[in-house]
Amino acid sequence: MAKKIWVVLQQKDGKLHRMSREAIVAGQRLAHATGGSVEAVVLGSGVAEAASEAASFELEAVWKADHEALGTYTPGAYISALAAAVSSAKPDFVLFPHTYQSVDYFPRLAHQLEAGLLPEVTEMDASTGELQFKRPVLGGKMTATVRVKGEGMVLLSVQSGAFSVDDAVAGSCEVRDLDLAGTPITADRVLLGVEEVGGDQVDLSKAEVVVAVGRGVGGADKMASVEELAELLGAEIGASRPVIDNGWLPRDRQIGSSGQTVAPKLYLAIGISGAIQHLVGMKASSVVVAINKDPGAPIFTVADYGVVGDLHEILPALNEAIREARA
Amino acid sequence: MRIAVCIKQVPDTEARLRLGKDGRWLDEEDLPFVINESDEYALEEGLALAEKTGGEVVVFSLGPARVKDALRKALALGASKAVHLNDEAFANGDAQATARALHAAISRDSFDLVLTGSQSDDVGYAATGSVLAGHLGWPHAWLVMGVEVEEGGEALKVIREMESGMNEIVRLPLPAVLEIQAGINHPRYASLKGIMKAKRKPQEQLTAADLGLDASSVGAAGSRLEILSVAFPESGAGAQIIEGTPEQAAKSLVEKLQKEARVL
Ligand SMILES: Cc1cc2nc3c(=O)[nH]c(=O)nc-3n(C[C@H](O)[C@H](O)[C@H](O)COP(=O)(O)OP(=O)(O)OC[C@H]3O[C@@H](n4cnc5c(N)ncnc54)[C@H](O)[C@@H]3O)c2cc1C
Repeated sequence: MAKKIWVVLQQKDGKLHRMSREAIVAGQRLAHATGGSVEAVVLGSGVAEAASEAASFELEAVWKADHEALGTYTPGAYISALAAAVSSAKPDFVLFPHTYQSVDYFPRLAHQLEAGLLPEVTEMDASTGELQFKRPVLGGKMTATVRVKGEGMVLLSVQSGAFSVDDAVAGSCEVRDLDLAGTPITADRVLLGVEEVGGDQVDLSKAEVVVAVGRGVGGADKMASVEELAELLGAEIGASRPVIDNGWLPRDRQIGSSGQTVAPKLYLAIGISGAIQHLVGMKASSVVVAINKDPGAPIFTVADYGVVGDLHEILPALNEAIREARA
Repeated sequence: MRIAVCIKQVPDTEARLRLGKDGRWLDEEDLPFVINESDEYALEEGLALAEKTGGEVVVFSLGPARVKDALRKALALGASKAVHLNDEAFANGDAQATARALHAAISRDSFDLVLTGSQSDDVGYAATGSVLAGHLGWPHAWLVMGVEVEEGGEALKVIREMESGMNEIVRLPLPAVLEIQAGINHPRYASLKGIMKAKRKPQEQLTAADLGLDASSVGAAGSRLEILSVAFPESGAGAQIIEGTPEQAAKSLVEKLQKEARVL
């Protein structure tokens, strides 16, 4: 069942997005499993550098759609360019990095191409003779094994961190120009500007110790023992998204895909379940401690040490134990 | 503005999840359901925009009988009408099958704006709104953290979340579909008066046949994606769990962090 695989790469200022490289690895893996071949596509304006970076991986070819009208991303522009290219090349699979940009437009591209749509893949497996995929469900509390029924193209996105760039097969291939001459590229919105989010812009990236709280803390008025712990450890306080959304802490304390990325020596995740969007922001931490009342919380699969129980009982005890150890 | 808001009912994230008998999904018996988190924010955004522009919100939900609770809550919060896509044929659809059904229901009426959440907390496809926009042929934006109607009412200024703490600001013409991100606003609570009023508000039930849809084009039959099984993460993988009373656990955690991990 040799498959033709395309990987659509996201780039910025001539550099491939980290997750684009991971998507190439996923493409190579899928090609290996199906005896297929992989080609990559780079869209934008002035993307020669990104295309040649892509050409340093083992691929059949890198297609470059270098066009002024693709200089600013809009779903309309990207969909019009890709729909034309994909319709004529007819790959079996088109892979996207599961970035905020891809997720903004690739479902709609799938609709337009009448293709199957498979978001957020973390594993693929052809060992049963049928291609099966894994993806997180229920905020990462469970993993689903899925298949794609029926005939025809499938568009799928590859979740962050699921395929390691260390596993990439290097190579060298030709960069070819995608012919967009007969393709009208139509923007469907206007980019007015880009802004940084959040109040005081606390920089958590340099913190050596981070005490991170999640929804499990239960409210802005229940933060005393968290603050005490942070003070004892000389730590910065960080948070998962719902804590910020609920207004319990300011937005510049958010850790995760939409917030800050941290890499402390010690990360304490307190009442945080461990959804992928949170994990991408803290997985470079050296030592992770999780405190959660749910023994099945996915945070325990990435933590080094875990304590199962009510954080409001454990934190006062922990603060006391730290004081004792220091005495 | 006339605004359609699509909401989904999902298992409460606080609930204890159990695997269903066939291993394909959860055991839904006694499982508490709530309105999907980002959908609650979408509903609030819709209600606020309708108030500001002198319009109304019609709320749509696809799902089994239990979905009535979610719709009743939306009516209590201020939606003026609820449409329930209630048909066995709609069950277990992927994003494309669900968007097909929602489109059929929404296009029986006329709207200036359609709002959805950005991602469901159960299957999490993060795609239904975008596919719906494709059906409607309207521009859309995913991960919306701010909405402002421009003077003249022809276009929207929208704040879109990007990665790593950045936002982009875009203008899109109306009509449009916006997929609202959690945290955009502060959802209101239902008032007693709202709850009383909700009882008299119109609620419509629609089947696939009512929408002129072939049962094979919606739900599981109309989906390319099929969930074969779901599983909890492997137990034993990952953290060293520290047992004991809170005091004992705290003490040995501190010891381990000092002597084993050497980070204290
Ligand atoms: C596009 C997108 C971007 C996102 N960006 C981010 C991001 O940047 N950062 C981020 O964090 N999330 C982000 N999210 C949200 C993410 O998917 C999760 O919803 C979120 O991380 C969950 O936060 P949480 O773990 O605090 O809450 P929950 O998942 O609700 O978990 C709460 C945890 O607390 C535990 N708990 C409850 N009470 C107690 C108690 N008394 N004692 C001990 N434990 C208790 C529970 O067992 C549970 O595990 C994003 C989502 C999307 C769709």
